[in-house]
Amino acid sequence: MSSATIAQPSAIQVKGLYKSYGAGPVLHNLDLDVGWGERLVLFGGNGSGKTTLVKTLATLARPDAGQVQIAGWDCRRQGAMLRRSIGVVGHQPLLYEELTGYENLRFYGRMYRVPQLDERIQLLAEMVGVAQQLQARVRTLSHGMQKRLSLARALLHDPPVLLLDEPEAGLDQKALERLDDVLASKEGHPRAVLMTTHNVERGLALADRVAILARGRIAYQAEAKGLDVAAFRQTYNSYLGAAQ
Amino acid sequence: MSDFLLPVLTIAWKDVLLELRTKEVVTSVLMFALLAMVTFSFAFDPSPQVITLVAPGILWVAFTFAGILGFNRAFTLEKENGSLEGLLLCPVSRDVLYFGKLLGIFLFMMVMELMLLPFFAVIYNLPVLDIKLLLLSALATLGFSGVGALFSAIAVNTRSREIMLPVLLLPVASPIVIAAVESTRAVLEGASWGEMGRWLGLVAAFDVIFLIVSSFVFGAVLEE
Repeated sequence: MSSATIAQPSAIQVKGLYKSYGAGPVLHNLDLDVGWGERLVLFGGNGSGKTTLVKTLATLARPDAGQVQIAGWDCRRQGAMLRRSIGVVGHQPLLYEELTGYENLRFYGRMYRVPQLDERIQLLAEMVGVAQQLQARVRTLSHGMQKRLSLARALLHDPPVLLLDEPEAGLDQKALERLDDVLASKEGHPRAVLMTTHNVERGLALADRVAILARGRIAYQAEAKGLDVAAFRQTYNSYLGAAQ
Repeated sequence: MSDFLLPVLTIAWKDVLLELRTKEVVTSVLMFALLAMVTFSFAFDPSPQVITLVAPGILWVAFTFAGILGFNRAFTLEKENGSLEGLLLCPVSRDVLYFGKLLGIFLFMMVMELMLLPFFAVIYNLPVLDIKLLLLSALATLGFSGVGALFSAIAVNTRSREIMLPVLLLPVASPIVIAAVESTRAVLEGASWGEMGRWLGLVAAFDVIFLIVSSFVFGAVLEE
């Protein structure tokens, strides 16, 4: 992590974000702040804008209005530097099916200019549990194994900020435990995590802070510590009901 | 320089590796182009005068339509498993992605043309293995691939991408194709470097314009 990155007070800073696709706004005057070392878990119903938010933070979607900064890098003017600071796990594994796991990681490692790439690939493959499958073509791997590889791809350049969009989808219990280990590990620096999920128990267990996205903005947020699962589920359901 | 060149080469190498794995594009494109050349050879009187007149058009029709098949595949592969998003997440500017994809497509087109030219020489009994023609082919292919990379990136997000690509691409790429046909005819008629200069200059000018404009527009095309 560069000294410029550490100097920023917030890992993720979003102010007045608007994003629409045609008919109506998906994100509507959204403000969000995630500190260094903080794990924010974002809940929201289908179509609430969670994926759009992650895509906008990751510079895959251009905001219509508002400000997005990650590690101090502006999403419009400093996109390449911003992307160097993030690791993204989405719904899809973002891997080439006809290449092996090793070739995929090597390709992305070169794009990110990761030093001592082979050692890094080996370390991450063991961390996420795909070391035995590295030489197999991605299309021959199960969805769960592809998701594990995808996690290794996201961590390859040791990003200070992780954006995870429903990362648990398709993962078995063992893989979920590895994901929890990865999220808990600091790798020598305080990593900020923004994760979206529908799973209330897992979300609360992993989070330092929770938030609910409804009608395109953060409708609720609270410290996760001491939050009662049943009470939170009720709050969450009330926002889901209101959104429908 | 290495911030630009290394990722461009990495993307192109990845595309070459993917094609070597599947061999889907090379096989279908070569078959298509070869079939077009053979079919046209039966359609015209094989006298040297007629052949010199029509052969450049046949050659570039084969290259153009075979190229479109290849362009379509170049971005369809990126859409599988969302790997296009993976590419867009890389910490490089969008023009680096454009030139990486362009280089992959250009290499593919050049290999295809180098494989087809000997067949063309045999079928039409023409001296096409000429340094002037090779230079011209490389220049025209660069511009054509440049526009092709941009428009296939646009078309890949549409529902009927196989139809959309030629509809979008051919009107824009036609100046390059026409210039390539005219200069190929000049080569076959034995024109000197000086006589070729006007057409080569025109193709080179189109290359510069297309590559600059496409590299600027590419990012906006891919972001949502």
